[in-house]
Amino acid sequence: MLEKFFINAHSKIKNQQVFENNQLVFASEILNASNFLMAAYEFLHINYPKFYKMDVLSKAGLMASELVLKKFERQNYKDEAVGIVLMNRNASIEADAKYWESVKIIPSPALFVYTLPNIVMGEISIKNKFKGENAFFIQNHFDAAWMYYYVNDIMSRFNTDACICGWVDVINDDVDACFFLIEKQKITQSIVFSPENLNQIYQN
Amino acid sequence: MERAALIKQLKSQIILQLNLSDKKVEDISDDEPLFVEGLGLDSIDALELIVLLQQEYNIKLKNAEEGQTIFRSVATMADYIIEKQASVS
Repeated sequence: MLEKFFINAHSKIKNQQVFENNQLVFASEILNASNFLMAAYEFLHINYPKFYKMDVLSKAGLMASELVLKKFERQNYKDEAVGIVLMNRNASIEADAKYWESVKIIPSPALFVYTLPNIVMGEISIKNKFKGENAFFIQNHFDAAWMYYYVNDIMSRFNTDACICGWVDVINDDVDACFFLIEKQKITQSIVFSPENLNQIYQN
Repeated sequence: MERAALIKQLKSQIILQLNLSDKKVEDISDDEPLFVEGLGLDSIDALELIVLLQQEYNIKLKNAEEGQTIFRSVATMADYIIEKQASVS
């Protein structure tokens, strides 16, 4: 396979654990997803006050993105050159359910704004001033082949020079996130961008 | 309720309603702007403040443009609530 693009960082949030490039960086016994992510936020010193207001899906996505962007050389990329492609199974079901509950009394605007899964991409974009291509797909499982195809396509045919892609799903307080930073240049710890490597990292 | 007590209560309610978990009552001064500078609230927060007025004080904002004046600071919110409650009683 032609080595065109590279996975230069990856992160994972699952089973009350947070990993950065396979290294465990935070673990907790807290079962409530929002509280777990808040504890990780404080431990990892992410320092973004808007984090407190986000729904659980956006909290998970923003945290996973912060981890893959730690060594990202933002100044080398135009705002329009960074894309985001995400995928999950349960869309924004947790926010939908909370909003539905609030409707019974007075509908909450703050809950309503999170009743779409792609809002997580908006949050990541706002924080980092990314204005590139983006897409959010609903799939039954992490479809590495489709993710590879789509990201490869936007990085080959459009002005996308870097892309954050991955899986972020939240259901019944269970967070499952796995993000990748895809870039054109090779660095020391680069892994070749391929469906097999995406799957291997996700399954690991 | 006295104005000072109302201001303190409002600060707690704003923190709770807007999920400002990183803030404490003492972090919010009475006269600091709620939007852009100061607390840095946004348009969604403005809608939540309208909900707060309705839920906690049974006050419905009829004219959205009034919001700019009412929600300038916690003190202006308190003054508006006191004025409304006085006009009802």
